[in-house]
Amino acid sequence: MAKNTTDKVRNGRATPTSRPSDSLTKDTLLEMYWKMLLSRRVDERAWMIHRQGKIVFHISAIGQEAIQVAAAYTIHLGVDYIVPYYRDLALVLCAGVTPEDFMISLYGKEGELSSLARQMPSHFGAKPFNIVSTSAPVATQVVHAAGMAFAIKYRIQNELQDPNDRTQPRLAVTSLGEGSTSQGEWHEAMNWAGVHQLPFICIVQNNHYAISVPVDKQMAVPNVADRAAAYGVEGIIVDGNDVLACYDVMHYAVQKAYRGDGPTLIEAKTYRMTPHSSDDDDRTYRERSEVDAWRDKDPLLRLANHLKAQGLLTDAVIEGYDKRARKIVDEAQRAAEERPYPPGESAIAPVYAEAN
Amino acid sequence: MAQMNLLEAIRQGMDEEMEHDPRVFITGEDVGPRGGVFRVTQGLFEKYGPTRIIDSPLAELSIVGVGIGAALADLRPICEIQFADFIHPAMNQIMNEAARMYYRSGGTWTVPMVIRAPYGGGVGGGLYHSQSVEAFFAHTPGLKVIIPSTPYDAKGLIKSAIRDPNPVLFFETKKGYRLIKGDVPEGEYTVPIGEARVAREGSDLTVYSYGMMAHYAMQAAERVSQTDGIEAEVVDLRTLLPLDTKTVLESFKKTGKALIVHEDNLTMGFGAEIAAILASDGFEYMDAPIQRLCAPDIPGVPFSHPMQDYFMLNPTKIADAIRDLAAY
Repeated sequence: MAKNTTDKVRNGRATPTSRPSDSLTKDTLLEMYWKMLLSRRVDERAWMIHRQGKIVFHISAIGQEAIQVAAAYTIHLGVDYIVPYYRDLALVLCAGVTPEDFMISLYGKEGELSSLARQMPSHFGAKPFNIVSTSAPVATQVVHAAGMAFAIKYRIQNELQDPNDRTQPRLAVTSLGEGSTSQGEWHEAMNWAGVHQLPFICIVQNNHYAISVPVDKQMAVPNVADRAAAYGVEGIIVDGNDVLACYDVMHYAVQKAYRGDGPTLIEAKTYRMTPHSSDDDDRTYRERSEVDAWRDKDPLLRLANHLKAQGLLTDAVIEGYDKRARKIVDEAQRAAEERPYPPGESAIAPVYAEAN
Repeated sequence: MAQMNLLEAIRQGMDEEMEHDPRVFITGEDVGPRGGVFRVTQGLFEKYGPTRIIDSPLAELSIVGVGIGAALADLRPICEIQFADFIHPAMNQIMNEAARMYYRSGGTWTVPMVIRAPYGGGVGGGLYHSQSVEAFFAHTPGLKVIIPSTPYDAKGLIKSAIRDPNPVLFFETKKGYRLIKGDVPEGEYTVPIGEARVAREGSDLTVYSYGMMAHYAMQAAERVSQTDGIEAEVVDLRTLLPLDTKTVLESFKKTGKALIVHEDNLTMGFGAEIAAILASDGFEYMDAPIQRLCAPDIPGVPFSHPMQDYFMLNPTKIADAIRDLAAY
């Protein structure tokens, strides 16, 4: 049953001697590093082309890639329901969205994947990968994730789905920032997840700021995870900049959901290394020294250092990755720039789905 | 053919759809063993059990939001909002999420769900158990809005709503739940969404209405026919969104005079849209100023009886308005 921030799994250390991340192969570890790096480079390019006046808006995932990649490597991608928020670039890139898809969304070009370019960039969604379309009012998506997790339980209870059928969605995972947990939406979704003990994972990417408002003006308790107990949901805190710790807690929550043992809230403590968006100036509300201190805890840097210490990664390999990423991002940007805009009149439809 | 009241017809429609499609479920406050506060879901818990008739937490936002999620996951939720007055906490989910999901996902994610809510006054419900909220939703592309006035239509339309791949608001006149009775055939039939019904033929003028007021409009039309020899055509809109403008205009072409009746307040009410359509597309048929008979622009239906009666329309008030318009 539900527990509050269990010490047993806090920071992913189920026991000191055995962590799920210990069984990750070298290839998988390097692949996770590559995904984090690719997301970072795509993201950095978005900032650059915004400064060049080529695009009108960007909202960033920089600094928050670890928990996102950990989530992607623990769920069944393309099958389980993903209900993301606007900072989940690394997650959606792992799930099947390509750098070119993202670039097309930045430019608002024809055939854009998530919304046919109706939505601003980073309002992710991709039906082929079971990534639900998301909006801008925060925390609305968490209720949908609860509803999708409810649908899984419903299908199992009403014998429309075999609980062991791995071709079917077996959990819904959603994410949001800590500021968004002030919304009634989040509380009501957590309540449903708790009442029905749903296969639901809520990842709170606590990046310390809701635009300019710090955590202590958002809530009176130190941790979002502390609130989980009130809903009968297990709450776990993890170092959100340690991808392996994130992997461990995600692995725990995913396996629990698959077993039908209920929902989990994971609070990944991380940091928004950029302004809120391309329209924000974070110098107006936080010290540079604070931002600089977090640069040393950059999840990409930390994983690189860890892998180097294990003898799994070298500077030469990193250089190769960077070169490869630059080529992918260059090509993605070029493809997006060469692509036509959608015709204005394509705005008109479709508004309603036709009956089958 | 069975005689039944409005709520029995709605219940039968839902029951048949639940039998027909195991993805259909009902959630809302007190819909389970209690059978709903108006008893619309009475007996369904006993028949389908707690896995398909689900008592929700007392929270409208998540009744709708969880319904949206379930619909995205290919179930067919019927979400009951206990009173239309309580739908406002769910506005964000309905307006920003359900209505926009299909459009904003480029036609990939669909929200096949029904949101049912009893609406309307005249039952001593005061400001917060009497509201008519249809205009908010009829203004929102992506939604469909249905308000039936007969048991036949209620059953046929709830079945169409459940099968529709879009989010549908289904408003039920609570005053009419037991008051309005009619013939309902056994078994399968549907009434298409988006088609108005000429409820009564007439040549002197057209009364446009829906829900409880359509029921009253029929009574008023019969009365003026007997007492004054005025033959009013009554168009029961049945669906507000998408609106059947063809039937609306055809009737106006025939009568040239329009009286629009709704129990929602006047300003920016649904009648304004009907009036605008008649003025722009029916101008050459117009024989009299378009009339709207609606509730006053005050924040709600007052509780105390004389004030409630002042607020509410009834067959007498409608009959008076028909006579005035016929005399123009």
